[in-house]
Amino acid sequence: MKIAFTAKGIDWDAQIDPRFGRTDYIVVYDEEADTLTNTDNREVEGIAHGAGPQTAQKLFDLAPDVLITGNGPGGNAAAALQKAKLKIFTGAGGMTVKEAFEAYKKGSLQDFS
Amino acid sequence: MKEIVVISGKGGTGKTSITASFSILGTKDLVAVDCDVDAADMHILLKPDLGESQDFYSGEVASIDQTKCIACDKCAKVCRFNAIDREGVRYSVNTLNCEGCGYCARVCPVGAITNISQKVGVWYMSNTRGGFSMVHAKLGIGADNSGKLVAHVKNQAKALARRQGKKYVLVDGSPGIGCPVVSSLSGANYVVLVTEPTVSGIHDLKRVYELVKNFKIHAGCIVNKADINPEITEQIIVYLRAEGIDLLARLPYEENFTKAMVAGQTIVEFDNGMLKKNLTDTWQRVCRIVDEQQGES
Amino acid sequence: MSDVVIASGKGGTGKTTLSTNLATLLAEEDPVVLVDLDVEEPNSGLFINGTEIAREIKYKMIPRWESDACTLCGLCQQVCNFHSIIKLGKEIMVFPQLCHSCFACSELCPTNCLPMVPMRMGQTTHFKLGNLVFVESRLDIGQEQAVPLIAQTKECVKKKYSSIGFKIYDAPPGTSCPVIEAAKDADFIILVTEPTPFGLNDLRLAVETMRELSKPIGIVINRHGIGNDEVDAYCAVENIPVLARLPNDRRAAQLYSRGERIYTQLPEFKKELEKVALHIRSLSEGGRQ
Repeated sequence: MKIAFTAKGIDWDAQIDPRFGRTDYIVVYDEEADTLTNTDNREVEGIAHGAGPQTAQKLFDLAPDVLITGNGPGGNAAAALQKAKLKIFTGAGGMTVKEAFEAYKKGSLQDFS
Repeated sequence: MKEIVVISGKGGTGKTSITASFSILGTKDLVAVDCDVDAADMHILLKPDLGESQDFYSGEVASIDQTKCIACDKCAKVCRFNAIDREGVRYSVNTLNCEGCGYCARVCPVGAITNISQKVGVWYMSNTRGGFSMVHAKLGIGADNSGKLVAHVKNQAKALARRQGKKYVLVDGSPGIGCPVVSSLSGANYVVLVTEPTVSGIHDLKRVYELVKNFKIHAGCIVNKADINPEITEQIIVYLRAEGIDLLARLPYEENFTKAMVAGQTIVEFDNGMLKKNLTDTWQRVCRIVDEQQGES
Repeated sequence: MSDVVIASGKGGTGKTTLSTNLATLLAEEDPVVLVDLDVEEPNSGLFINGTEIAREIKYKMIPRWESDACTLCGLCQQVCNFHSIIKLGKEIMVFPQLCHSCFACSELCPTNCLPMVPMRMGQTTHFKLGNLVFVESRLDIGQEQAVPLIAQTKECVKKKYSSIGFKIYDAPPGTSCPVIEAAKDADFIILVTEPTPFGLNDLRLAVETMRELSKPIGIVINRHGIGNDEVDAYCAVENIPVLARLPNDRRAAQLYSRGERIYTQLPEFKKELEKVALHIRSLSEGGRQ
């Protein structure tokens, strides 16, 4: 399983970024390999409209099985994410990546998809 | 740190007067943000000192280098926005019509067209007379508010709130139902909807709440001028109940809203009666609701 | 002939109140078209109970991906400045709400896999109430671009109602692109404001915008008496005529809240509104000479 998080930093202690389209980083935990990798998404700050699809495209290329974020993705991003066939969980705003992962394991996040 | 966003859909419901009052009530605990940059009025009440400022660039328009242009007319042929003006062999860009799609630059055979970023406004990080910080922006003529600008000022405010160890970011949200209001809502912990009991007020409330629902953000509603039409006020309350929106307050039609504004004050500084008490109770209730929520933004 | 656009720097100052009352008053004597161009939040219709006479769906052109010949070269994504078309794995995905219909992706595609097709963005409805024709355009929820719908609505009104002399347009609030689109072909602009610090601040921005378009302006002060005299003072300094001062009256607010006409019940309000009507009639006569 590969689990993606929208985050404000790049490690387990980073805060979850509650925004999807304008998240600072996408952090991916690969359970099998036990590795934590990250993708810098800060360039979306320069985009006036359409940040959602841009971020969705990056996520698509990372091909995770699960996405954990704060608020739900907006309409455009949600449409793109549907193509990626991943499970989306929301309500992790304010947690760290580690806390969000634990909450997901416990099943206490909301299923968005 | 929690983010509270005040929106209204329709103009003239008292959103800015209420947000400014909240900011005075919560002085010690917050950073204020004005995302209503099309009609940015909060500064009139809070009198920020225009401390730090920075130009804001967004959107592009085409620009034709006259020394390179060979008047081949290709740009004018592909433009769907009527934005290429011709005077004999002189080609220029009508910047009011140009959408910045960049098609012309791609077909120009001699590379005479470039897209240039436009300065659309200025944003400020200021200190207010209330002692707290405020992030706000001023847009140029014909410039569009955008998700980018709203996201930008909100990011600045959040970073500032974190540095100052404040509990809340209080946002005067954007009007309408487009990209700016989506960006205003994105990342919010709680939304305060301000409405009035008029046929247009309830109509616009429902339209804007459709957006809030998409984000699954918990919301509350203030019905301003509630006594002007008790029947519609009742309809609004029924709607709020059905949607699970907190009814935060019913405020009366009060000329003190305007009188306070004329005096350059917020309502809670100008009024000493019920209005002040109502708003104070409402602010405290909003704080309690967000304090009890898990997580931050 | 006169095309009058009613605008305001901020929402909620009485733009819709003025346009609906003014149009009905003018229509007591002459044929009038009232057009609601505030396509994001069209509210005039709540105040005009006419009979529907026509309805049109409005479209904008967007690219549609045809996969057969596509080589997934990614040029479409590269040329789109609005991020409205992206390559997702082996698919090309179009985001209609973000598309500005510039045709670049479609016409530059080397294998012609992106033909432009119409997509619904909203609708325009026409109503009739005696002498008054009311046209309302409404953007579908989720659509983000008001400008193309405003442009199409103006075009449609010009063609369909060329014989009607008075055309009143209710513009969107603010000073951004949709307002400019609404106002750029007007003969005369009426800016509605309130005599308050917020009203004055937003009026200033609106005046600067309309001056950029080199349009003649008149001001209507709504809820006159509630605030201070600074709007009057500003208009005097800037040499902008104040056409009328609609009185501040709780009864006006109540009538508005119910979606009712105000001038038929408040004589003080009617007296001021007639000044605006007179001004518009004089413009129209001036235009004919």
